[in-house]
Amino acid sequence: MLNRPEKPATMTAEPILRLEGITKTFPGVKALNDIALELYPGQVTALIGENGAGKSTLVKIMTGIYQPDAGAITLDGEAVHFPSAHAALDHGITAIHQETVLFDELSVAENIFLGHAPRTRVGFVDWKKLRAEAADILKNMGASIDPGARLKDLSIANKHLVAVARALSIEAQIVIMDEPTAALSHKEIEELFVLVDLLRQDGKAILFISHKFDEIFRIADRYTVFRDGEMVGSGLMAETDQKELVRMMVGRSVDQVFPKQEVTLGETVLEVKGLSHPTEFDDINFTLRRGEILGFYGLVGAGRSELMQALFGATRPSSGTVTLEGKPALAKSEADAIEKGIVYVPEERGRQGAVIGLPIFQNISLPSLKKTSRSGFLDLAREFALARKYAERLDLRAASLSQDVGTLSGGNQQKVVIAKWLATQPRVIILDEPTKGIDIGSKAAVHEFMSALAAEGLCVIMVSSELPEIMGMSDRVIVMREGRIAGEFNREALDAETLVRTAAGIEET
Amino acid sequence: MSDTTLSPRSIPDRLESPLASALKSWEMLLALVAVAIFIFNSLATPYFLNPWSLSDATFNFTERGIIALAMAMVIISGEIDLSVAGILALASTAMGAAAQFGVDVPVLIAIGLAVGVLCGAFNGLLVSGLGLPSIVVTIGTMSLFRGISYIVLGDQAYRGYPSGFSFFGQGYVYWVISFEIVLFLVMAAIFYVLLHRTSFGRSVFAIGNNAMAAQFSGIRVRRVKFVLFCLTGLMAGLAAILLTSRLGSTRPSIAFAWELEVVTIVVLGGVSILGGAGSILGVVIAGFVMGLVTFGLGLLNVPGIVMSIFVGLMLITVIAIPIVARRIKSRR
Repeated sequence: MLNRPEKPATMTAEPILRLEGITKTFPGVKALNDIALELYPGQVTALIGENGAGKSTLVKIMTGIYQPDAGAITLDGEAVHFPSAHAALDHGITAIHQETVLFDELSVAENIFLGHAPRTRVGFVDWKKLRAEAADILKNMGASIDPGARLKDLSIANKHLVAVARALSIEAQIVIMDEPTAALSHKEIEELFVLVDLLRQDGKAILFISHKFDEIFRIADRYTVFRDGEMVGSGLMAETDQKELVRMMVGRSVDQVFPKQEVTLGETVLEVKGLSHPTEFDDINFTLRRGEILGFYGLVGAGRSELMQALFGATRPSSGTVTLEGKPALAKSEADAIEKGIVYVPEERGRQGAVIGLPIFQNISLPSLKKTSRSGFLDLAREFALARKYAERLDLRAASLSQDVGTLSGGNQQKVVIAKWLATQPRVIILDEPTKGIDIGSKAAVHEFMSALAAEGLCVIMVSSELPEIMGMSDRVIVMREGRIAGEFNREALDAETLVRTAAGIEET
Repeated sequence: MSDTTLSPRSIPDRLESPLASALKSWEMLLALVAVAIFIFNSLATPYFLNPWSLSDATFNFTERGIIALAMAMVIISGEIDLSVAGILALASTAMGAAAQFGVDVPVLIAIGLAVGVLCGAFNGLLVSGLGLPSIVVTIGTMSLFRGISYIVLGDQAYRGYPSGFSFFGQGYVYWVISFEIVLFLVMAAIFYVLLHRTSFGRSVFAIGNNAMAAQFSGIRVRRVKFVLFCLTGLMAGLAAILLTSRLGSTRPSIAFAWELEVVTIVVLGGVSILGGAGSILGVVIAGFVMGLVTFGLGLLNVPGIVMSIFVGLMLITVIAIPIVARRIKSRR
């Protein structure tokens, strides 16, 4: 053990909150498996892990939104459990989210004291006291926010300040900050860090969730690393370095086998030049060859989905060109993109992918109705034939093709969405987080299928935040960071740590 | 492309024959209700079972029913058009004004239909062009369209329609078979094909279930919605021709509050008020049910106020039944 004199004596203090053996299972997915976490008063603990490692699930358990299947929570030496969000709040646990959960139409002071406003003797809200106390808290924080202002008129950074003020007013012992810096500018992040320091000096135990290593090293005293729903390491920040943390994050306990077929790549099919969007992405250039699977890796919010939706005609880029097989192919609408041969399997399957409420066969035939109908009149026999062909090719598990697609499992719904696009015989298929939230079996089927499609000469773009998937399936990987291409790697040169570093913007040490 | 088949499995098209599912449908239940009311009416009053009475009964719903056919499609797409009675009033006023200049019957018809389509297009532009919620837009245009009629007419009425014009609302095609009921059944057949047998109809269902996924599947959602509002306007214009012809006059209060009765027929017909589900057959049967109920109550000398209470209760019951049924099912 290293002894660092500048660290306060509280380093050795007892943890105020201790989670042991926490397990949470969702249908088909084990989100958390035997997790342990300790939070210490006056210290910032960083929670680190890839997307899908189980961080958000843990936050929801700690704030009473989810109930764990197993495990114990000890607060101040006493066993507690949080049957509701209110119970967690009563125990002094509060969370500040990436997008703050506050009320836009209420004033700053009302937001700070919502649910625990000071009362007059007859039980009405004591507005005078409420405003005065709100002003006090904000002043102590050094925040120049008018307590009477409507929340919606504040910047995101100031909304975070209000959330912190709320945490102070509740006299929370434990403050969870779930990627609080994701939407902030550099200067605003600095201001937030001052506040985190303030909370720390106040003796609060802070759980700080972030993808950004520079932030973690600046602000955290301790770390805990999650991977695939398990805790893989924890300790003092002073005793570790970026390299070790990255290794813990990406190291694999189980070696998943990916069915990637070796394909001889053909000619260039898709060419994107200087594609830009006012806010989401900037100067994107890449090409895609016949039979290629091109992976897009990056942190959430790096602009990958937005780029893909622009290629699909769902959003309009401000400049740049797209060429498909030598012809201009910048789609004006989704219908236009489909006609040109570019299709998109969206990340939000239930919202943008499957039309829940319609039967399977109608979902599959929806973009192909022009082909299956005769001068506008439906031909059910042709629709069933088309749906059967692609459903069976994808090994769809369903009782009948007339079944509502909403009654299928996530994995089978995804197969319906993919079948829908294959039926249009596209040139380029874009898959956005294709295996997010689906069971292992369907995952393997989707991977196998992706590989078979590429072997048949289709071009595949796969957006994924899962490293093993990106590394296992891609011929080439483009890493995006903050709306720009941050790196491009061929299959032979793929290395997990390099990908994570490029995505997070960490320099090689 | 060669077929890459991964362990093939055969999935049946359907588990149930179309006939079997038809027998269990809402439409079947509704048809039974219609038969029950028919029997009740014939037992309750001796004046009911008479060809001319039965023919008169149809006038109680044919005009509303024609609007309901188009309204069903709008509601299935997840929108609503509450301005239909306003459109009807404005179209009738326009025809009345034209009739004062002695225009011919074909021109009157064209004016009625054109005003209907234009009003519908105005709604459609606001809803799909500007993306405003249809319930707000059409509450606004409901007052707007009828307001124009009030400005033009005040407490006056237009009369003096050409003699040939009366056929549409008062004429009989054969014996007791009125022109209105024939037109209603023809329109029902057309809407049945449009909603259930064309790709346009399919996209209406897709939009009603999930507009965003429909858009992401290449459906031109805004265009479809625009067409639906135009179609509803057109049907309101058609109903204006029938009603004006039947009454022989136009007052600004013509067809007042019909939008509620039209929506009642649509919902009674099994169309989900949340969009995404429903059938033209159900709407047609619901039209007959409404006609039989109101006519039967009329024969029994039940006053209009009581009748509207009865219709209101019927609407609430119909909306509650599927929800209560689902809750009982899930409790088990």
